[in-house]
Amino acid sequence: MKPARFEYTAPRTVPEALAALADTGRDVRVLAGGQSLLLEMRLQRLRPDLLVDINRIAGLDRLGVDDGMVEVGALVRHEVFDSPWAVPGPLGTLLSLAAPNIAHPPIRALGTMVGSLAWAHPASEWCAIAAALDAVIRLRGPEGAREVPARDWFRGPFETARRPGELLTSVRLPLLGEGTGVGFIEHRRTHFSFAQVGVAAALTVRDGVVVEARIGLANCADRPVRARAAEQALVGAEIGSTLFARAGRVAADQDAAPLAEPYADVEYRRHAIAVLVGRTLRQAAEGARQ
Amino acid sequence: MKITLTVNDEVHPLEVEPRRVLADVLREDCRLTGTHLGCEHGVCGACTVLVDGRAVRSCLMLAVQCDGRSVRTVEGLRGPGGEPHPLQRAFSAEHALQCGFCTPGFLMVAAGALAADPTIGEDPDRVRALVESNICRCTGYEPIRRAIVRGSCPGSVA
Repeated sequence: MKPARFEYTAPRTVPEALAALADTGRDVRVLAGGQSLLLEMRLQRLRPDLLVDINRIAGLDRLGVDDGMVEVGALVRHEVFDSPWAVPGPLGTLLSLAAPNIAHPPIRALGTMVGSLAWAHPASEWCAIAAALDAVIRLRGPEGAREVPARDWFRGPFETARRPGELLTSVRLPLLGEGTGVGFIEHRRTHFSFAQVGVAAALTVRDGVVVEARIGLANCADRPVRARAAEQALVGAEIGSTLFARAGRVAADQDAAPLAEPYADVEYRRHAIAVLVGRTLRQAAEGARQ
Repeated sequence: MKITLTVNDEVHPLEVEPRRVLADVLREDCRLTGTHLGCEHGVCGACTVLVDGRAVRSCLMLAVQCDGRSVRTVEGLRGPGGEPHPLQRAFSAEHALQCGFCTPGFLMVAAGALAADPTIGEDPDRVRALVESNICRCTGYEPIRRAIVRGSCPGSVA
């Protein structure tokens, strides 16, 4: 199908974009990479009245590091993170492990990380990482600028704390300290499928004992999940042969709330979550040792 | 809306509705039907073109987004004397097409990667990862991979 009719504007500045977004009586949508939005419009599941194309706003493509955080602007494309050197330290490694799981290169050339957070697909890799690291989403709107931590951001499938008229301008992610090991593993039916289960992990280990653990789950509930119960099971524990398998079981039973999908019922998905969390933690522990 | 697209170095002043995707405008307004539309979902890759040198899905990009930008389609691969691009000769030499529907997309994704990094043909893993973005339903991917390797090594095409 072709998209339904809509009006289009391409503002040059954030205030101009906010003026266009202030038209809250109509369905107004932000066009950044458009790789989910235009697909939904083609399927006519979305029929916006007005598209605000932010691609011509200077400065939103900024990727910068300050204060131990990396700030990713609203126009930074997925493909930037294919390289582990785009962002310093273990965070750069984690993002580069996740990036190849996102669609394929021509989609990654246009799609954006911040767009993924705005779209809030439960299977999104970036959303799982944002949940794990408690990223901070920065917005500008009619009432000024504000920041929302990831724990308050995701409200359900495709639902976020974004208020009408607001524009996501960037996301801030904490740089992980040297010595932190990271892992990202995903399971899908085919290369083109969405993740049945995706797991992001960051582990800090001192003298064989886990001192910090962060685990994010993609498509393990109706929204991205930070696996806090599994993290608690890890912190303070000595790394041994069964620790990661036990943490995987905790994540599957206590943190995840998987929904049945075609080809993956709840029991199967809990099993896959337990296995993949264990596997991702082992990958992260290898990195922590090096 | 009035827009200007530079397609294969030719300037096209156009009047387009915002809802029209780049692929439709290339085919219907610019009369460049070498860009094919398969799934129209961003999955199959038949509609891949280069916008400012980067391979993108022209079914998932609006023509109005490309106002003032440079687009290269499969018609723009040929050389100044009309000779085929080395990749096109390699696709022929390696029998990398049968029905040919997917070929423009494979050629453009390969041309974009090759322009960004002329050494891509030296790494089989990168060539394999490159063609994962496109679907061929008759030839199979092995001859396509061979063609990309052959087309990316200057002098290797007879």
